[in-house]
Amino acid sequence: MATLFDVPLSALTGQLMLGLVNGSFYAILSLGLAVIFGMLRIINFAHGAFFMMGAFFSWMCLNYFGVNYWWSLLLVPLTVGIVGVVIERALLQWLYKLDHLYGLLLTFGMALIIEGVFRNEFGVSGQPYAVPEALKGAMNLGFMFLPVYRGWVIVASLAVCALTWFMIERTRLGSYLRAATENPALTQAFGINVPVMVMLTYGFGVALASFAGVLAAPVLQVSPMMGSQLIIVVFAVVVIGGMGSIFGAIITGLSLGVIEGLAKLFYPEVSATIVFIIMAIVLLFRPAGLFGRAE
Amino acid sequence: MSSRTRLLGCILLLICGAIVPFAIYPILAMKVLCFALFACAFNLLLGYTGLLSFGHAVFFGAAAYVSAYSIKVWGFPPELGILTAVVAAAVLGLGFGLLAIRCSGIYFAMITLALAQMMYFVFLQSPFTGGEDGLQGVQRGLLFGFIDLSNDVNLYYLVFAIFVFGFWLIHRVIQSPFGQILKAIRENESRVISLGYQAARYKLLAFVLSAALAGLAGGTKAVVFQFATLSDAHWQTSGEVVLMTLLGGLGTVFGPLIGAAIVVTLQNALADKVGALLPVIMGVIFIVCVLLFRRGIAGEFAAFYQSRLAARRADANRRKSLGASRKGGGARGADGSAREANP
Repeated sequence: MATLFDVPLSALTGQLMLGLVNGSFYAILSLGLAVIFGMLRIINFAHGAFFMMGAFFSWMCLNYFGVNYWWSLLLVPLTVGIVGVVIERALLQWLYKLDHLYGLLLTFGMALIIEGVFRNEFGVSGQPYAVPEALKGAMNLGFMFLPVYRGWVIVASLAVCALTWFMIERTRLGSYLRAATENPALTQAFGINVPVMVMLTYGFGVALASFAGVLAAPVLQVSPMMGSQLIIVVFAVVVIGGMGSIFGAIITGLSLGVIEGLAKLFYPEVSATIVFIIMAIVLLFRPAGLFGRAE
Repeated sequence: MSSRTRLLGCILLLICGAIVPFAIYPILAMKVLCFALFACAFNLLLGYTGLLSFGHAVFFGAAAYVSAYSIKVWGFPPELGILTAVVAAAVLGLGFGLLAIRCSGIYFAMITLALAQMMYFVFLQSPFTGGEDGLQGVQRGLLFGFIDLSNDVNLYYLVFAIFVFGFWLIHRVIQSPFGQILKAIRENESRVISLGYQAARYKLLAFVLSAALAGLAGGTKAVVFQFATLSDAHWQTSGEVVLMTLLGGLGTVFGPLIGAAIVVTLQNALADKVGALLPVIMGVIFIVCVLLFRRGIAGEFAAFYQSRLAARRADANRRKSLGASRKGGGARGADGSAREANP
């Protein structure tokens, strides 16, 4: 068996793939956090809860309504997006004039509520979600076996990230969004309805999180706590990358996923903490983050 | 609150605190005091310096481990165990503070949360913490070699003394010139810097102080409950202390005490009845506090008292001007407390 650094090549590529899968989730989630923060100036602590909600909704779709994976990939983000819009109108919109910290506290409370409700309903143990028929099995790439579903997660996440980037950087709607991020009052003076854009941005951000959740359902166990474990790592990812650029969020997310995967292989003791250690090192040298601008 | 009413409040609290073990279950009272001290330490940071540390449970939890370990394995007496825990928490606070104060606002919160989560995994994996089981069966031992702490009432008075010491210390810090600069940093950091103060140092010192006091609370809690577990260092505990402070009133003297008493009692009363829904209730309180009364209970009370005072003063002034020609004066009564009520 081929080895590299005393590690079987298949194990190495396997961990790399798993790292990329996790990295795609980090990328989508930190992208959503960055988009929401840009517009609302709120760090959405409930992001992990919406991720979990996405996974659970797709599980419920399958088990209660017989809606298959592909439809839930479309319907779940839509539903969660609407939930997000409602929450923005009902709760978040009252906070924009206050200190940013209140946004964090309110969304923390929201995360507690959402997670508590699901935990009360489904317990702490995970629910399995079968990989859809079309994506079962593995491909032989010659040097490794690639489980098709993992490949799909990476491709789909990258596609969604690229689409988001295109929408924000290259379309008219995106230019409004960037303008409103830069200077809401002036943008409003030009006749653009900024409050509606803010509302849609929040809806879009949490829809992204739930999309990642649907993708994650067959990979991870669908459990009420899956989001809160992830969100803190994603916070570290956001600190490392800085919230300045979309591209930066994607790159940082993916590469940290890979680093974490490699750590599991070479030095398993630090695999849970490696992202935080990297964060500490980055803070020492670039407090604004790798891709961030100093405030 | 004028200084006289505050003094009156303090004396009243001391008397209440002294008779508590004869009125309610001492263990519950001790739990309230430990968390109240924890919340006061947190309030020093958030309420007076304006820094939201979302990972403050790490100092509480680490101190609980250190105190439990040093008492159980090294055979330290309880007072020395708690002291060791305070030192450990302060050192940890220094390390985290040095990293975290490089960023401010929302980033500060995320960094402290992430660092705390890192330590959580360290506690989970390292052999000395006992992993998922935690450290159990810690002997309460003899305080100063002759006071038997296995007696709940004796232990209660120790915890009460520790709380009063911590409370007094925080109060002194806030009233000192150092505390004034902390408040100035909260209001306008760049102006403080332009006045020639090194704001970063003040923030760091406040952070270390707060960590050490959180450690004092955590180390004491380990002695009271005779164990230290992962849940002390979990992010949910960090969230709880934020909630206690917010509910009681950010930047108020008695707020954290009130908040801790309410939250701990609520948890105690509801834990068996609602089970997994407890976080939901906490979450609802969080949202209600943020949306509807950001000043918290103590803050709202202070504001109400202020408005009453102002109304009475206006009334007196009107009567004075009606009664003509007598010289008005003494209209300056309450000062600092009104501003402190505003986070």
